[in-house]
This record gives sequence, C-alpha cells and structure tokens, in this order.
Amino acid sequence: MSEGDILAIILGAFNTIAISAIAIVIGTPLGFILALIRWGRVPVLNGVAAVLVSLLRATPSVTLMLLVYFALPTINIEVPRFAAAIATLALGSMAYNCEIWRGALIAFPKEQIEAAAAFGMRAPQRLRLVILPQLVRSALPALVNEMTLLIKVSPAVAVIGVAEMTRAAVRIGASTYRPVPPFVVALLTYMVIIGALVLAQRMLEARQAARAAA
Amino acid sequence: MKDLLVVWDERELLLKGIEATVEIVSISAILAFLLGLFLFGILILKIRYVSPAVKVMIDLMRAVPFMLLCYLIYYGLPSVGLVMGNIEAGILALTIYNAAYVAELLRGTWAAFPPETIEAGQAFGFYGWRLVARIIAPPVILDSIPMLGNQMIQVIKDSAFLMIIAVQELTYAANEIQATYYVPFASLLAAVLFYWLLCLAVEQAVGGMLRVAERRR
Repeated sequence: MSEGDILAIILGAFNTIAISAIAIVIGTPLGFILALIRWGRVPVLNGVAAVLVSLLRATPSVTLMLLVYFALPTINIEVPRFAAAIATLALGSMAYNCEIWRGALIAFPKEQIEAAAAFGMRAPQRLRLVILPQLVRSALPALVNEMTLLIKVSPAVAVIGVAEMTRAAVRIGASTYRPVPPFVVALLTYMVIIGALVLAQRMLEARQAARAAA
Repeated sequence: MKDLLVVWDERELLLKGIEATVEIVSISAILAFLLGLFLFGILILKIRYVSPAVKVMIDLMRAVPFMLLCYLIYYGLPSVGLVMGNIEAGILALTIYNAAYVAELLRGTWAAFPPETIEAGQAFGFYGWRLVARIIAPPVILDSIPMLGNQMIQVIKDSAFLMIIAVQELTYAANEIQATYYVPFASLLAAVLFYWLLCLAVEQAVGGMLRVAERRR
C-alpha cells in the first residue's frame, strides 16, 4: 500500500463520516416527528406512520439504496449519488429513531405532563420545556446505539458508487492484489469512528450526571 | 402497470432469489445461534485466557460493518490459502458476525438473572458445561426469544449485502431485473415487500414461541 492508498482510505473515511452525520441530523428529528404522530394517535397519519416504520425496518439498506437511486429518476426526480445515499440512510435511521423516541415517550411520567397542564402550559410549551429535555437524556443511549448501527450499514452506499471508505479499500485491494492490508486499515478506522461516538456519549452522560448531582 | 407485468414475467428469477435468501438466512441463523450459544458458555465459564480473548473478538465483531467483513472473508481468506465459493463465504460471514451479537444478547439476559439459580444448580452438583447446558441456557434462551427474533431479522437484512460478492439472493435478482428491463421501481419494490413479508413471518413465529414459552413456565 502506497501513501496515496492510505490517503484514499482517509478521504473515504471523511465521506463515510459526512454521509452518516448528515443522515443522523436529518433522520433523528424526522423520527421524533413520526413518534409524536404515533404517540398522539393522530388519525390516519398514525396508521401510515406505523406501516412506514414497519416496512422500513424490514428493508435491507442495500435494497433501499438501489430503490432510491434507480427508481426516483423514473418519476423524473434526478438525484445525485451523494443525496440518494444520505436520503437512504436517513430513511432507515428515521424508522429506528421513531421507535426509540416512541418508547421514551410512552415511558415518560404522565404526572409531569398533567402538572404542566395544570400550570396553564400549552401543548407545544409542555413538549419543549418539560418533555424534550428529559426525553433526550433517557433516549440518548439508544440514539447513540442507533448512530453506530447507521455507520455500520453506511458501506451500503458503495453499491451506487459513492466513494466511501469500504469502497476505497476494495479498490486498493483489487489494484494491488493484496486485499488484506487496506481492509485492516479501514477496519481500524471504523473502530476509531464508532469508539469516538461511544466515548462522546459516555462523557455527555457523565456531565449530565454531574449536573444532576450538583 | 407495464413494469409490474415485466416483473411478473421474470418471477422465476425473483423466486429463485427468494429461495436463496431464505436458504442462506436459515442456515446462517441456525449456525449463528449455535455458535453464539457456545461463545456465551465460554464467556460465563470464565476460562482463563480463553474467555477474555472471546470477549475481545465479540467486541471487535460488533465494531465492524458487515459489508467489510464480507469482503474480508471473500477476498482475504484466499490469501491465507482458504478458497471458498461465494455462497459459503456469505454463510460464514453471516454466521460469525451474528454469533457475536447472539452471544452478547444472551450474556445481557443472563446478567439480569438472580444468582440463586446457579447456586442451586451447583448445590445439586452441576458444574462447568453441564451447568451451562442444563441449568443456565434453557431459561436464558426462553427469556431471550424476542431479542433472538430481532437478531433473525438482522440476519435477513444483512443477507442483502451478499449481493456485493455476487451471491444470487433476492436483492441481486431484483437488481438484475432492474438493470435488464429498466423497471427499477417495480422490481426493487417487489424485493422490499418480500423482505417485509419475511420479517413479519419472523415476528409471527416469535409471538407463537412466546405463547408456548409462557405456557411451559
């Protein structure tokens, strides 16, 4: 492996991180909105959301990736690879995040909501000032877990030719006829990315615990 | 509508893909369960050097994207003299990847168990692998049924990655039809619906097993 090869893997790693990060930023709030729809039992939309989540959770990322990338142009929506990759990962993440948020919402103590209502807070206020701050804390471990899962399925975007890290490693392996070294470099890089995420979560939790104790 | 007819005409190819997916997933899921159970046994028996090594291997597996493992096994093993077909490589990858998750989820269930069960088993003279097989494993497996079902769904979803090493499973077949006739929406949506059906079937099976487990308790 030459220096250029290692550089190609690092560039791929940046793509992996960028695609995953954007997908998380889009997928997490969308999941929250779906969870609110289901939690509030909004008529019609509730059923639609339930079916959508069930379907998306059963769909492999590779299959969804091919569907998004190849099917959208047939209804005259041209999407660049990068956008299709982000949309696919965000859709999957949305479905999983919906279930996480919904679980946290169901477990949320009802007394607090009733107390806030008794103090004259309206629903949006209750959500923003009472529910959300505590919800983020209780859902955080599951959300971070879902983020690591998203990074682990992110190589699926390589099937439509996005130059992320796994694809870079495969190309180097094919051109040098020595596949193992680039795979090992990619593997270690994934471990660093996922490890950093888990570490950030632990630090955040420790800070919250310290603030709660103070 | 015309697209759907094209897919219908090519149903043979799609059905072959479904057959391959079901076959590969079933074999891999059974092997992953057995291997995971074995690794779980090693973990809880705390064998010197072996158990910590297995723990590291499991943690490593859980930090690797499945697609990378596929490539590593399919392209990497021949360089150490192990050559195998793409289906065998796919089954091997699915098995060892998911076995790590199975071992970890069984360990998680076991951690919540009261120690009395084990102490009682030891008092009756059960030690080592006999303790694991007769006393620990049965209730741990029963309590893990929902999570094992989730893992089974994960195996189904991971199996789509095998198309990248040219295993002719469902996604591969749908992509073939898509590329040949340019009917991406109909063919890939058909594949998505079949995956959904498979996952719903697993959920039904899990529900049935839970009812049986509840009755036997």
